[in-house]
Amino acid sequence: MKYEIWDDHTHLVEKLGPTPEAQLGEMLKFDDRLGISRAILFIGHFEGTYNLSPEQLRRANDVILRAIKPYRDRVFAYVYLNPKHTQASLDEMDRCIRDGPMVGVKLLVAEYCNKPTLDPIIDRATELKAPVLQHTWLKITGNLPDESTPMQLAELAARHPKATLICAHSGGDWEVGLRAIRPYPNIYADLCGGDPTAGYVEMAVRELGAERCLYGSDFGSRGIASQLGKVLGADIPESAKRLILGENLKRLLKPILDAKGVKL
Amino acid sequence: MRNERSPVTIDRREFLKTALAATAAAGAAGVGAPRGAFASEPRSGGLIDINVNLGRWPLRRVRFDNTAGLAAMLRRQGVRRAWAASFDFLLHKDIAGTNARLTEECRREGGGLLLPFGSVNPMLPDWEEEFRRCVEVHRMPGLRLYPNYHGYKLDNPDFAKLLGMAAAKGLLVELALIMEDDRMMHPLLRVPVTDPAPLAGVVRQTPGLRLVIVNGLRTLRDKALVDVVNSGNVSVDIAMLDAVNGVTDLLAQLPAGRVLFGSYAPLFYFEAATLKVQECPLTEAQVRAIRYESAQRLLPVST
Repeated sequence: MKYEIWDDHTHLVEKLGPTPEAQLGEMLKFDDRLGISRAILFIGHFEGTYNLSPEQLRRANDVILRAIKPYRDRVFAYVYLNPKHTQASLDEMDRCIRDGPMVGVKLLVAEYCNKPTLDPIIDRATELKAPVLQHTWLKITGNLPDESTPMQLAELAARHPKATLICAHSGGDWEVGLRAIRPYPNIYADLCGGDPTAGYVEMAVRELGAERCLYGSDFGSRGIASQLGKVLGADIPESAKRLILGENLKRLLKPILDAKGVKL
Repeated sequence: MRNERSPVTIDRREFLKTALAATAAAGAAGVGAPRGAFASEPRSGGLIDINVNLGRWPLRRVRFDNTAGLAAMLRRQGVRRAWAASFDFLLHKDIAGTNARLTEECRREGGGLLLPFGSVNPMLPDWEEEFRRCVEVHRMPGLRLYPNYHGYKLDNPDFAKLLGMAAAKGLLVELALIMEDDRMMHPLLRVPVTDPAPLAGVVRQTPGLRLVIVNGLRTLRDKALVDVVNSGNVSVDIAMLDAVNGVTDLLAQLPAGRVLFGSYAPLFYFEAATLKVQECPLTEAQVRAIRYESAQRLLPVST
């Protein structure tokens, strides 16, 4: 593969192995076949819920800490938080980012992301130089309870212009989601999730600029191939592909990796 | 006005009578592909893409939504044969006109690459005439059907009748279960997902049918998928397969030779399909089967 590829969005898959580290090891074999050199890992649905209690947050993040331990040179992790439990979330940030190896924040479907309960979390993430990846979707069939939209993320970005926010899945309905985040330069588009529909990456580059686009696979919910095909098949310059596939994420993570003394 | 009638056409009433009468015997007779204008001797190697579309997606312009551009892209990707339908089939009520245009475009722009897969909407009056033209006039090797866009369920008697006619005439049938993620549809164009539950029963009652389910693996999975594939000569394409270890797991579930390479280009990035095969641990024999051997066996037509 002629690109250095960093995958900004992966999950563990239980069927791949008996332990978290074994599951991650198997994921890396898929990465090897497609030339992916580094990945970001975080928990998704856990113990049957997205709305994790403080105790569940700790257990969930412990799974990820255990998984990455043998692969610290290759896999970075984001801490999973629940803004319904703000103080517990701040404590987890201290434990896993400030005092641990994690380098970012993952928010899923626990609370609408325009709620003020997120403000202390975003402030703390900004202090720690940690990007915040927020799941978003716009479903004509109806979103889940507490499932955020790109428009809600735009509200959050307006309140936190110095934060680095990543709009996971670009809202799913990307033709609308990309528009919603377009005015906010501190929001980056995560291009994974959804079918490999032609035009997606071209529109993201046209409307946001390649510097604001990130390749991710959503490994676990999907395979790697369909999402990688979006970028490799897009009608965009080679320089844009290099940015999307690796250089942008590397640039976003450099401050916190430098702070942790991680050499790339 | 083009003359839609073949110079060697048989009487229409006689044609329909023959087609229906032959349905029951088709399985035992081992009906193969029609030896028509697109048939010639098989050749090995390359890719056979069983799911491409000409024309424009109704709600978006995409790269390669012109036939010459699509054909050139497919050739660059190593495709030597593509089974091509038209996005116009989804919403155009003049199916006959679309079938004629599709055939002409495949001949004019395809250069031997594109095999036209026409369509028939059995909910429209006199649909049997469309079927007759696909066989006799256009000499198509197969049909692609769109139950959700054409407004019928899979237990509809006319759907069963159409499958029977296709089996009798040796036409391969592609059944498109969906065309896009129903979560992302345009609010004014929400099309219900096709319920595949009746399909296994219909296939069992249609001897000789060669059926390929395209865009099916989002809605048809696990036991339901296995039941349908085992109900007859039924295959699936990988266009909407998107799972960890997806192709390997699919091959383990299904009988040999039932998984075909389909890209759903140009609406999907072609590279997504090729990377799915690359992503999974597969033997060389499995890769060959997916890339072309299984499709070639199903429709032994080549350049």
